[in-house]
Amino acid sequence: MEDTPVLSLLQVSKAFGAVRAVREVSLELRAGEAHALAGENGAGKSTLVKILSGVHRPDSGRILLDGQPVEFAGPADAQRAGVAVIYQEPTLFPDLSVMENIFMGRQPRARLGLDRRAMRAATAELFGRLGVHLDPDRPARGLSIADQQLVEIAKALSRQARVLVMDEPTAALSGQEVARLFGVAGTLREQGVALLFISHRLEEIFELCQRVTTLRDGALVATDPIGDLTPDALVRRMVGRELEALFPKQDTTAGEVALSVRRLTREGVFTDVSFEVRRGEIVALAGLVGAGRSEVARAVFGIDRWDAGAVEVDGRRLRPARPTAAMAAGLALVPEDRRQQGLVMDLSIERNIGLAGLTALRRGPLISRLAERERARDWAVRLRLKFARLGDPVNVLSGGNQQKVVLAKWLARRPSVLIVDEPTRGIDVGTKAEVHRLLSELAASGVAVLMISSELPEVLGMADRVLVMHEGRLVAELDRAEASEESVMAAATGRGRP
Amino acid sequence: MTSAASSVTSAGRGGGRRLVDRVARVRELGIVVALGALFAVTGAANPSFLSYGSLRDILLNSAIVALLAVGQTLVVITRNVDLSVSSVVGLSAFGGALILADHPGVPVPLVIAGCVALGAACGAVNGLLVGAARVPALVATLGTLYAFRGVDYAWAGGRQVNAADMPEGFLALGTRSVLGVPLPALVALAVLLTVGWMLRNLRSGRELYAIGSSPEAAVLAGIRVRRRVLTAFVANGALAGLAGVMWAARFGTVDATVATGKELDVIAAVVVGGVAIFGGSGTVYGAALGAVLLASITSALAVLRVDALAQTAINGALLLAAIVLDRLLALRVAAALRRRRSP
Repeated sequence: MEDTPVLSLLQVSKAFGAVRAVREVSLELRAGEAHALAGENGAGKSTLVKILSGVHRPDSGRILLDGQPVEFAGPADAQRAGVAVIYQEPTLFPDLSVMENIFMGRQPRARLGLDRRAMRAATAELFGRLGVHLDPDRPARGLSIADQQLVEIAKALSRQARVLVMDEPTAALSGQEVARLFGVAGTLREQGVALLFISHRLEEIFELCQRVTTLRDGALVATDPIGDLTPDALVRRMVGRELEALFPKQDTTAGEVALSVRRLTREGVFTDVSFEVRRGEIVALAGLVGAGRSEVARAVFGIDRWDAGAVEVDGRRLRPARPTAAMAAGLALVPEDRRQQGLVMDLSIERNIGLAGLTALRRGPLISRLAERERARDWAVRLRLKFARLGDPVNVLSGGNQQKVVLAKWLARRPSVLIVDEPTRGIDVGTKAEVHRLLSELAASGVAVLMISSELPEVLGMADRVLVMHEGRLVAELDRAEASEESVMAAATGRGRP
Repeated sequence: MTSAASSVTSAGRGGGRRLVDRVARVRELGIVVALGALFAVTGAANPSFLSYGSLRDILLNSAIVALLAVGQTLVVITRNVDLSVSSVVGLSAFGGALILADHPGVPVPLVIAGCVALGAACGAVNGLLVGAARVPALVATLGTLYAFRGVDYAWAGGRQVNAADMPEGFLALGTRSVLGVPLPALVALAVLLTVGWMLRNLRSGRELYAIGSSPEAAVLAGIRVRRRVLTAFVANGALAGLAGVMWAARFGTVDATVATGKELDVIAAVVVGGVAIFGGSGTVYGAALGAVLLASITSALAVLRVDALAQTAINGALLLAAIVLDRLLALRVAAALRRRRSP
């Protein structure tokens, strides 16, 4: 007795330039069923969500609504079809009030103008269901990530959708808030809403969902009833190999302290952060999105000013907000967003690699193109960069190879401390392993590595020590033996040690 | 706990925050205070500044810029800008005057409607360039600033329309007063109240703020961003067209150079009026008050016998002061909001 799925995808594909983000994936969302979408970062989950929500149009394949083919020309079409989406990154209007954020485009109307009282009451009612204490009239600006996420959830609930897509809704929430969200989600499911749930916390998938679809590198692996799988089997599906093979951190003996951060504070962003990184060590900085990890890295590197505290590199004290001095002291930062911050996308591979060390390439007052090319060739070989010509612009490279270019740019300076922010985000599995091997080799050669990562397997596999941040504070320091998926997540969500 | 209860607890958390809130929500208060201070000081130095004739002149002088500032606000709120308004005013003023001079039989209301339509068409060109062709507004409207003015020059061919060429009834519109208030000021006030109400009470009005506050989120929220941006430009163009006729009626002498450079006065008024130049916040009331403030300062400086050359510098300093103040307030408010997390 198969009933028609509310919404289904048939063999949809979507490519961005040369990157095939989603390849011939089919998915069926049924009324009254919670369906999980599992896969590593970069597996294509978010692209699939954006196809469902009408943001991206598939290059091929079809979307069926109640068995009838439909086309979503934009998010408005998908919303009209009853699809509500909670995105991974909150998408609020900072200048507008919380209640207007929830009801934008659907504000209740009175005879003359908008019915703000009804809007306020409806918002309070939604917050009541979710157990949230927020003033509906306050602007969204300044809300914590968790509160922003709760507003997103209230917004999706207010749509009374037939299909509710939740892309990592729990990433920033505390245990109690998650429990309440699951309560609401369960009620919606009983009322016949089709849920699509994405989470990196496997136990949540097993708790909430009835079926799970696994993606790997943009392709469908399988769709199974949840009862047929164990968490280990699901991880194997997602990764496609055993974890050990993926993260080859060599054992090293830690040398002297290379980076020392003491009581670093930037008001309203992070508070009282202290840690050390020794030569030969890889220290992971874990935490949820918005916990302040990248902000600490930016301050240490001198991009943002800090209000109190001290940073020392090899015993030399850095002055705040001086990136050039930080670089001279031996710091290197590979930023999170390589397209915006790490690379000049239209410049060639060799130019990008040369960019952070132009002084060394100078011959008199001019930059030597020959030296630039030589350096680029040298590092391209060392990092096993896949490219056609060194003169090609970096935007033709795949994400993984772009990341290698950013790494090459900084490694050419021979830094003593390397900070990498989400080094393998959006990179295919094969190149990922190469980046990991590279970081491991760097540590072995005596570089102190500070790695910010949201991927737990990466953190657990690579790090000698794990620092965990929560809401701007360093809340835990775990050594390799103590660090586990549970202990890191517990600290990251502010639940303390289990 | 209900939201009412939570707002009660948060309200009890000290007066400093409430003040910040007040300033954040009613940014226009600052301009009213500045206006009050200006009138008090100048009036004390020279009481004739507060005479009916002087006040009437200030209203008359600020009406057109205020009207343009209201339109410009619509565009700026969406994180865009329209530099071409002065050229649209020029085109509309000359076009209207020419029709009235050469075809006296055409009824005045029809001419006004035609000028508004001409302005709306110019706005549509801007809107399509920005919305559909994705040219940054600064560049697109800089281009049309020259293009529209060029059309104006070509059309005029050096000709000038004088007051004597236009019907008396039309010219009276620019100078007549109703209940002691000049008609152009009343028109500007009516437009101000209407647009102000629409921005606050229509879904489409709220969407303009949403677009400026976060364009990406606006797309995800299903807002038809391009259509809304186009609408904002068309509305601004229409108001510039209306301002053009008002210009012709008020000054009587019209050639192809009318209103050259006015766009900067308009943007200055908008910024002084507390409209965020990067979109998302601000009101038309603030922008209109900004226009009145700038016109008042010009008058006050004249009354105080400040060198005309220094006036421009003073206006510039005031603009910078307004932007710095705006920025400082925004930082204060942002910090206050961060501290105001839910329990």
